[in-house]
Amino acid sequence: MSCSSCKPQVGPEEEGKEEFPGPTTNACKLCTPLGACLAYKGIAGTIPFLHGSQGCATYIRRYLISHFREPMDIAASNFAEHSAVFGGREVLHTGIENVSRQYKPELIGIATTCLSETIGENMPQLLHEYKNRTDVSHDAALVHVSTPSFKGTHVDGYHKAVRSIVESLAEAGPENVAGPVALMPGFVSAEDLRHLRELFAAYELPLTMVPDYSETMDGGSWAAYERIPVGGTTVEAVKALGSARAAIECGHILATTSKTAGAHLADKFSVPLHRIGLPIGLRETDRLCEVMGSIASRETPAAVEAARGRLIDAMVDGHKYVFNQRAVVYGDEDMVIGLTSFLCEIGVTPVLCASGGRSRHFAAELRKLVPELPESTIIREGADFSTIGTEAEALNPDLLIGNSKGYSLARRLKIPLIRCGFPIHDRMGGHRILHVGYRGALALYDTIVNAILERKQDTSSIGYAYL
Amino acid sequence: MSDLSTTPPEGYDSEGYPIPTATQPDSEAMRAEMLKIYPQKTRRKREKQLLTNNPETPPEIGANTRTIPGIITQRGCTYAGCRGVVIGPIHDILHITHGPVGCSYYSWLTRRNLARPKPDQPINFLQYCMTTDMQEEDIVFGGEKKLAAAIREAYAMFKPKAIAVYSTCPVGLIGDDVHAVCRQAKAELGINIFGFSCEGYKGVSQSAGHHIANNGVFKHMVGLNDEPDKEKFRINVLGEYNIGGDAWEIDTVLKKCGIHVTATLSGDISYEQITKCHTADLNVVLCHRSINYMAEMMETKFGVPWIKANFTGAEQTSKSLRKIGKYFDDKQLIDRIEEVIAQEMAALKPVQEEMRKRLQGKTAAMFVGGSRAHHYQHLFKDVGMLTVAAGYEFAHRDDYEGRKVLPTIKIDADSRNIEEIEVEADPKRFVPRKTPEQLEALKAGGFNFKDYDGMMVEMKKSTLVIDDISHHEMEKLIELYKPDIICSGIKDKFVIEKLGVPCKQLHSYDYGGPYTAYTGAANFYKELDRMINTKVWKLITPSWKKPADPTIAMGKGIDSPTNKTIREVVAGMAKAWKPQKSAPASSAEG
Ligand code: SF4
Ligand code: SF4
Repeated sequence: MSCSSCKPQVGPEEEGKEEFPGPTTNACKLCTPLGACLAYKGIAGTIPFLHGSQGCATYIRRYLISHFREPMDIAASNFAEHSAVFGGREVLHTGIENVSRQYKPELIGIATTCLSETIGENMPQLLHEYKNRTDVSHDAALVHVSTPSFKGTHVDGYHKAVRSIVESLAEAGPENVAGPVALMPGFVSAEDLRHLRELFAAYELPLTMVPDYSETMDGGSWAAYERIPVGGTTVEAVKALGSARAAIECGHILATTSKTAGAHLADKFSVPLHRIGLPIGLRETDRLCEVMGSIASRETPAAVEAARGRLIDAMVDGHKYVFNQRAVVYGDEDMVIGLTSFLCEIGVTPVLCASGGRSRHFAAELRKLVPELPESTIIREGADFSTIGTEAEALNPDLLIGNSKGYSLARRLKIPLIRCGFPIHDRMGGHRILHVGYRGALALYDTIVNAILERKQDTSSIGYAYL
Repeated sequence: MSDLSTTPPEGYDSEGYPIPTATQPDSEAMRAEMLKIYPQKTRRKREKQLLTNNPETPPEIGANTRTIPGIITQRGCTYAGCRGVVIGPIHDILHITHGPVGCSYYSWLTRRNLARPKPDQPINFLQYCMTTDMQEEDIVFGGEKKLAAAIREAYAMFKPKAIAVYSTCPVGLIGDDVHAVCRQAKAELGINIFGFSCEGYKGVSQSAGHHIANNGVFKHMVGLNDEPDKEKFRINVLGEYNIGGDAWEIDTVLKKCGIHVTATLSGDISYEQITKCHTADLNVVLCHRSINYMAEMMETKFGVPWIKANFTGAEQTSKSLRKIGKYFDDKQLIDRIEEVIAQEMAALKPVQEEMRKRLQGKTAAMFVGGSRAHHYQHLFKDVGMLTVAAGYEFAHRDDYEGRKVLPTIKIDADSRNIEEIEVEADPKRFVPRKTPEQLEALKAGGFNFKDYDGMMVEMKKSTLVIDDISHHEMEKLIELYKPDIICSGIKDKFVIEKLGVPCKQLHSYDYGGPYTAYTGAANFYKELDRMINTKVWKLITPSWKKPADPTIAMGKGIDSPTNKTIREVVAGMAKAWKPQKSAPASSAEG
């Protein structure tokens, strides 16, 4: 997130030459408002709304839909040339009004696009003016977040929207009430969110997850038209977060920034904040369990212990297959950190860890959190698939781990691609991949081992049937 | 044609289509029902875009008007129409999107426009998605230098024959002179480099981008190579983007007939092919909306006449082939075409017949594109299905009502944004393809050039026509019409399927295709059968929620006439019964 603000100002040409020469070829990141829209989908009764051209909304919808295979509505203020030149006040107001009437949302989650950011729309002012209008509907709460894509990635947009939601809604509660734990889970799958809920239930900890799109983005079939698919954390629940007994925020890179939802709860309402990584793999899940245990003041529940036991047992059983396999891992920074940590635990050597994010903390965090990562491992931030491809070709890896965008590389290198993260649009159930918790680690483990076995069988001239 | 002049077999119409057994619902009532919840201002606009059809005198439709802010639309942006649709499929030039990362990322192979690796060109550039990935400093200080560096670097990496640059919304605002950067780079690198000012906000939909793309392709590529292909009967297929391999299917059939394709714009096409496409004898326009500009400009400048054709649907394919044959007026070619049609139809007929049995009586609705909502109706007709409602996402009035309305179309602020380039006959290269006498003879024989009559004249009376359909209207349509299948795009697909109606994506074809010509038609019929007749729709309601099965409840004697009537009534009630009907669905407004 601190892409340009935390380094000395350099001319674009100089920077281009120094660090990011040439075009970005096959980017390993998506645009900022996409993340914001997904975060908004995790609040019940919410319609995401882009202030800008309709094209961004359409593109973002089609992308999220191809991953989730679920309806995904995003409204837009639909700039025309006129609004681009003279400002989008009118179209914003008309848009909000139309969305309010049509969908009767509880919340309209507004995010800006590059267009409205470029013309420097004063969103607080425009929304203030809307609220003062007497001729419009005021039923929905309005939350907005500034998400220019020329600053940051989809992950940044996601976290910023989470922060905005909490910042605009959370209120101070009555004293001495220990409300639910606030969990900011990070950019994870619908299945991950469901599993996190289960884990908290095992600890008997009441939970408010911001966001929770496990149902809105992975729901059942409808008996009748659902204008806004059911599910999500309610506005009421977010409001009550002022009295959360604790807050947990997942993401080591996220933790390097100060303006987060968790930090807001800590600063404004003195909610104790625990910052951990995405709970991927053994150690990072251990850390989550420690935190849950300490908040709940209880021992680890038997079921959770058992899940951990099964993971260890599997790691023992499969060790011989995965040991010393060489992997290239790519994707969102925090996802890559979690996966890398896990790969090291199971004896796979990550030879290249890459992300399109540019937090400037990626390498340092990786080294710090995964001390056993070999020194020779290449770490790239701000990477695109052109860089990843060139590096990977030289490294001769056995495995590729990341989203669907690595497919053509995997095909070129003739190695398996273990699909993780976002976006996954060449398989069913990308949004149901479980990454987190012991169970997630076990599922990943089985997938990795089986991919290795399958490749071994496929490339064998004998064709072993019994492995 | 010849074999159709006799009385059609029972159950078939005079054109050879099986007569659908489903009946057209009362669309006036449906229309009123759909419109009634809109507040006055929105209703006034939607009334013009939601019509009941009259094929004799198609009513005027309010197409190509800006979607109201806050109304969720299927439409995309100008950039999507330009880079994504029309130019994106050219596989051996590099495409660089000048803008922040998202716009380019989202147009990265998402359309399923296929290209095969070529023997002389091992790299297929379509797999590369390049962007200047503008950062804040580029927005503040301008992105021209970054763009120039990106072009240089891209050239160094791939040594392409040409590079196309596309501007996205922020670029237009910060005032980068993309065209100047391209001119400079062209001079410096010695390859063809050109830019497109296709900022997303410029038009009301992707349609504006098609126009901008047509202009650019015409200005910067067409006519650079005057060496015609050696083959006889050279045509260009315009407005065919090879989604799911459609263009290949058309190529195969044309080749069998002895017709040579100089260029397909722009499915699986090379730069080289575009540069010489003006040397063809005829332009055959498939998607009228996205490419009619090109056809017109090529005719004015180089004298290549154009006709409208359609290779979607078996009957339509035959018709189109015959039309091309007639144009060339060559006995051998015409005979060959008839042979091919006979061969292909002999192979297709059994499949068609089998699928007709499984599909006749079913109904369909389709809302897509600027041509497919029209063309695909023919595939449904092939198997006796009835189209109950149709509409385009981004078409103009002429695509609905026919080109005859062109002079009466009002130019609004959005359309004025798009450059109309002045084209004149090329003093040296304008070659009329037919003598005036030949033209006269063709016309006398009922042959029409530039003859798109639009969707409405070919649709049954009282079909609903819905332009730029909204969510609310889609929901109502499903409720009121209960079509057996809806064709749309990915943005509606999952809403429709959640409501228990199968949805076929007609932009990207889901994972499927090709659906053109004869083999494609067979593919499509089978796909329809798979989607409509799958068991999954019957599994939605769990056993503990199902009303008692009337057939079981009534026991023996079930087929007695009285019981049959009772059974139908009960079954009708069961069908209408919905578990836990949620909040009243009549509060939507626009
Ligand atoms: S303009 Fe910005 S917000 Fe819109 S698609 Fe492009 S990168 Fe994303
Ligand atoms: S920014 Fe403009 S060009 Fe890019 S996707 Fe959005 S509308 Fe289209």
